[in-house]
Amino acid sequence: MDVYLDYNATAPMRPEVIEAVTAALALGGNPSSVHEPGRRARRVIEDAREEVAALIQAAPEDIVFTSGGTESNALALYGAGRERILASAVEHASVLGNAACDLVPVDGNGVVDLAALESMLDSRPALVSVMLANNETGVIQPVAEAAEIAHRYGALVHCDAVQAAGKIPVDVTALGADLLSLAAHKLAGPKGVGALYVAPHVELRPLFAGGGQERRRRSGTENLSGIAGFGVAAKLARDHIGDYANLARLRDALEARVLKIAPGAIVFGSAAPRLANTALISMPDVASEKQVIAFDLDGIAVSAGSACSSGKIEPSRVLRAMGYEMGVANTAVRASLGWRTSEDDVTRFIEVWGRIYAARRGESRAPAA
Amino acid sequence: MTAQLATKTEARKLPVYLDFQATTPTDPRVVEAMMPYFSEMYGNPHSRSHLYGWQAEEGVEKARGQVASIIGADPKEIIFTSGATESNNLAIKGVAHFYKEHKNHIITAATEHKCVLESCRHLQQEGFDVTYLPVQKNGIIKLADLEAAITDKTVLVTIMAVNNEIGVIQPVKEIGAICRKHKVFFHTDAAQAVGKIPLDVNEMNIDLMSISGHKLYGPKGIGALYVRRKPRVRLQPLMSGGGQERGMRSGTLATPLCVGLGAACEIAQKEMAAESERLHMLRDRMYKAIMEQLPEVYLNGDLEHRIPGNLNLSFAYVEGESLIMGIKNLSVSSGSACTSASLEPSYVLRALGVTEDLAHTSLRIGLGRFTTEEDVDYAVDEIVSHVKRLREMSPLWEMAQEGIDIKSVKWAAH
Repeated sequence: MDVYLDYNATAPMRPEVIEAVTAALALGGNPSSVHEPGRRARRVIEDAREEVAALIQAAPEDIVFTSGGTESNALALYGAGRERILASAVEHASVLGNAACDLVPVDGNGVVDLAALESMLDSRPALVSVMLANNETGVIQPVAEAAEIAHRYGALVHCDAVQAAGKIPVDVTALGADLLSLAAHKLAGPKGVGALYVAPHVELRPLFAGGGQERRRRSGTENLSGIAGFGVAAKLARDHIGDYANLARLRDALEARVLKIAPGAIVFGSAAPRLANTALISMPDVASEKQVIAFDLDGIAVSAGSACSSGKIEPSRVLRAMGYEMGVANTAVRASLGWRTSEDDVTRFIEVWGRIYAARRGESRAPAA
Repeated sequence: MTAQLATKTEARKLPVYLDFQATTPTDPRVVEAMMPYFSEMYGNPHSRSHLYGWQAEEGVEKARGQVASIIGADPKEIIFTSGATESNNLAIKGVAHFYKEHKNHIITAATEHKCVLESCRHLQQEGFDVTYLPVQKNGIIKLADLEAAITDKTVLVTIMAVNNEIGVIQPVKEIGAICRKHKVFFHTDAAQAVGKIPLDVNEMNIDLMSISGHKLYGPKGIGALYVRRKPRVRLQPLMSGGGQERGMRSGTLATPLCVGLGAACEIAQKEMAAESERLHMLRDRMYKAIMEQLPEVYLNGDLEHRIPGNLNLSFAYVEGESLIMGIKNLSVSSGSACTSASLEPSYVLRALGVTEDLAHTSLRIGLGRFTTEEDVDYAVDEIVSHVKRLREMSPLWEMAQEGIDIKSVKWAAH
């Protein structure tokens, strides 16, 4: 196994991040303790908070460290305390699963329908949750426009920026987000740590009761090594944001080659602004599951969608929301590129993609449901 | 740079770390076990389509087995969380919310950790009834009080195994038996107990148990919740989404942290007996030396039913904050780390009936795996000399020495 193209599932940590994590593991103190080891641990956390804040152009005191993207989303939805939640139909399961949401439809490219959003809003206190970039398609949402509409109706805006942060510049004020979720491991930081940006005017109900850490917004002893790594990862993500131009070149070449091999292939969301690293592609007549196994046998790690619990490969809910039939949705495979991806990796992917496609003849067609 | 700083501090060996109930340093063997998962085995443990995912999953599942083993559970009964605060919130709120149609009463104790008490208070605001059991002077609940508090509306009893401030061990097995007899779920916050005293969820009839990584030489940011399968305990998750951890706790698992917790449990299980004996010896050495050299020192909490790595002492006529400021070369605390910035006396000591002035003079001294005999002797000298110095400056001490009963003094109001 040597080609990893599943960066949207999780990204390997950069060496500097690993260094920061191991250094922090060697620190002895509890960041809440007032003695010297405690104060040293506290300093590591506050330094990291500044880096994470800088990544989204926020003030450090508005950053709440959490255990990851799922907790950040859960905390945002619960914490806002709004009676009604409107979420785009393509949100991550950790948004849709955490509250009864009214779904705002998306168009064929997976872009949220702003007119529909406006028609759904009324005087009831609401929270509008729109992700910045989709984990499966990479499609970037018009969050600022959605926020402008939502605010006109007095709604609060939550933005799940887990997939976007580190891949495109994020300015929380320009987006108009009142709450914004981040996960370190999607931007080459450690797993088990994330953050929620909470605008100063939002009174957050904590999800975890207890010792009152994180200015009473999130109790529990801080994940010191994780937060240390997150800080370094956030800084490196900012420093390397320009690298995505190169990734865009690789990704575009990949898609162009695939379309040349199989003119019937579909690159989902390609007409909308997308993250530079994500390609979600349908291979005509070959089930996602079959492709993924074939890729794996050839040493290429890709996925059929999001990497969650079930183990079953289900046709993407995101593609269904975009209006694709089951028969098309369950032929999609996602390749997501990252900081270690080389031109050779992409060449290998195309080779194998072509081989799987060529071998499809004579085999049963993808099961239609 | 941070690593260099740590090494430098280690070289001069000061301050002596004696706050093992606040947090424990991560054991180098634990870090070693974690390392491969930082670099080559970085996959998402929930990715099912490639080797990277499977390798990570294997690491997580091995760790689950190690965690289960130390408490006599089945690996399927272990849910990874971000730490004991999350575990306690999930257990208490999760059970209360799941069964709220039928039952609405929870029993806990006055000396529980803040995250248990706060979770209970939160439920009270939602309309649940909560009984806060008092403790005896030694810090232990009365079993008769517990049994008397149980009603047909009681859904959950949550009593910690070991207290974080005074190290006192509750009669977990007896509590479990009472709960089972009355068909009430028993949750225990074992953050301070796992790896320090033997625990067996079946023998002790424990239905839910919270575990913390960083209290047993594992990393911070990881914990676990034991959730019994037979008879089955159900709970409403705090976080939903990808449906990881059998739907009870969604979110990508932090592979290296899970592996670290697993390794920490395995080491603790193997070394518990010998380490317990060693700490007992050190703790007794320290206690004896202090008591021999200083009058008017009071031990808070039972001495016998107590983990070996804890002392909680009140030094009469000495202001606690001044003492802590004085013994700068010792990293100790006046109580729980969460509230260490606060000047309020410990609610745990107050629940024991310790008077406010004595509660203000308390030190929590936590001994652990890396504590040596030299550390103990050094700490005794520091504490004794600073207590003597502060008492010499204290007019109250002087009056007490002259035989004046301080309590009889009428203070002018101001």
